[in-house]
Amino acid sequence: MQAITKLTGPILVLEQENIDTDQIIPARFLTATDFDGIGDHLFADWRFDASGEPRPGHVLNEPRAVNSPILVAGHNFGCGSSREHAPHALLGFGFRVVISSQIADIFRNNSQNVGLLPVVLKADQHATLMQMDGEEITVDLEACEVIVSTAEGAGHRWPFSIDPFARHCLMRGLDRFEFLNKAEDAITAYEESR
Amino acid sequence: MSAPESLFDKLWNSHVVKAQSESTPAIIYIDLHLVHEVTSPQGFDLLREKGIGVRRPEQTLATLDHSTPTLPADSEGNRPYYTGQAKRQVQTLRDNCREFGIELHDWDSPYRGIVHVMGPEMGATQPGMTIVCGDSHTSTHGAFGALAFGIGTTEVGHVLARQCLLQSKPKSMCINVDGRLPDGVTAKDLALNIIRYLGMNGGTGFVIEYAGEAVRSLDMEGRMTLCNLTIEAGARAGMIAPDETTIDYLRGRERAPQGEAFDRAAEKWLQLASDSGAEFDSEITLEASAMRPSITYGTDPGMSVDIGEAVPQADSLSHQKALKYMGFQGGQLVNERKVDVVFVGSCTNGRLSDLRAAADVLRGRNVAGHVRMLVVPGSESVRRQAESEGLHETFTTAGAEWRLPGCSMCLAMNGDLVAAGETAVSTSNRNFEGRQGSGSRTMLASPETAAACAVLGRVASVSDLEFREAG
Repeated sequence: MQAITKLTGPILVLEQENIDTDQIIPARFLTATDFDGIGDHLFADWRFDASGEPRPGHVLNEPRAVNSPILVAGHNFGCGSSREHAPHALLGFGFRVVISSQIADIFRNNSQNVGLLPVVLKADQHATLMQMDGEEITVDLEACEVIVSTAEGAGHRWPFSIDPFARHCLMRGLDRFEFLNKAEDAITAYEESR
Repeated sequence: MSAPESLFDKLWNSHVVKAQSESTPAIIYIDLHLVHEVTSPQGFDLLREKGIGVRRPEQTLATLDHSTPTLPADSEGNRPYYTGQAKRQVQTLRDNCREFGIELHDWDSPYRGIVHVMGPEMGATQPGMTIVCGDSHTSTHGAFGALAFGIGTTEVGHVLARQCLLQSKPKSMCINVDGRLPDGVTAKDLALNIIRYLGMNGGTGFVIEYAGEAVRSLDMEGRMTLCNLTIEAGARAGMIAPDETTIDYLRGRERAPQGEAFDRAAEKWLQLASDSGAEFDSEITLEASAMRPSITYGTDPGMSVDIGEAVPQADSLSHQKALKYMGFQGGQLVNERKVDVVFVGSCTNGRLSDLRAAADVLRGRNVAGHVRMLVVPGSESVRRQAESEGLHETFTTAGAEWRLPGCSMCLAMNGDLVAAGETAVSTSNRNFEGRQGSGSRTMLASPETAAACAVLGRVASVSDLEFREAG
């Protein structure tokens, strides 16, 4: 898992609310037994037509899409199925951060486990970002801030909250399993106490 | 005296291996880990990578359901897998279960079925347990008074290896449903009404306990349908306190305690109910008598109306997009919609009572000529019982296809597809864009409603069907 501390780059905006994990990675791509190459199928039904040709004009098919590390999406991102393939597909495509005004529970957990940073902003802040497609922002996990400079030269620093343990692991690229591993004695004691 | 606790508090507190701190989540012990072919391969890879085994293989139970064909094997025993990759995925689970000593319900098992149908049927799902699976509809098992929720593949690896999960305690919500559901209004309709009320994200961050007369009146299969759909309101887990209905269901099941041990367990299970005065972060009360048979018209499970009502006018860009995708216009009656496909099955509505309900509507009637109807039992046990009652003949005589158990057309990864542009009335759980195949349009409803739609070839309730026949 790649560590993430501070990242600056252009944002890519998907306005749609309630983007579910079936959109992020349709079920027909779930038969693989590893996550290699799964980014190629990210939003497959949005990006490609029935014959597999890219749909011209879709924002995810623009050359800038793969160079935008920060996805800003409509309210309630990642709802639905628990498939971890969803954050893997986003990472595989090149995203490192997803920002929304609400992120679904299982998707958020999965993202934190695989190194994709989920950021939830307040509705008005999120609404501002939704109007800034293509512009550069900074996400600072150390300071827990999203830093935005508007065209008028004004700047915003928006604090966000994140589970402290998730932050700790994401910033160091730590595998959470090691934490469970260290709890072996407690697990054994629990099992014996039942 | 200690403070009153909710069912959820009791389940959580009794499984804490290490308490949550300001900087670390709790470590929660998992009693039952259910495994299927799609979300487990990379979890087993973690074990090999770390050179460790499965900590509690006897608390792990595997089945084949998602990628499996529902048409029978040919004369040489070859199953018609949709792709070579699907076949390899099934073989991978088989290999992993053999390597790590896990009980797998393969093609030859009399219990094989959709993971959330099989667990309860075998009595593996029990009150007071923590249950996880790499599948969001694990919430189903909460019907027994268990804390049950879906996890990702990394966490599947964690549970295989250490039988534990790192979790922060979610908030709690209690949904009281007062009164009685009117005749013909099912657990599915109740769930659709709750999701309509909460919205598809109203439960995010919460665990939901369902209570009240309408919930207590449901049988176990209805309770499973209700808890199953909890994730469609954004909550990872739904639960119902165990009562005599729960105990009657479990008595005598293969994996449940037997004899006196069962009676002792049952006594403990009845203690799990929320104490009077238990506090919840959120409490909601709904009235059952006002609910009617419902159906979804949009692309999330919160977008539903009573059958007979008009599709609401779009009030947002996303709503507008949903109507466009579904080919609906605001103000249009849902009943006008022509139906191409009807699917009865899934972990939501693929149990015996669901098949009986659909068969009751189809008996003596025919599926409309232009409709393709697929009936897929949730498990081998359901299939056996249905066939012993002759339900399969009712379905095939009416013109429906009777298939082998599996997830099938609910998520359409096994080749059971709805074509682009077609409308399917489905007893499953998600009406997302393309869920049943690229470009497919899904309308979620109860088995009774689905069968009525199949007969009339358009959206209709059972009473619409009866009214039309009487007229």
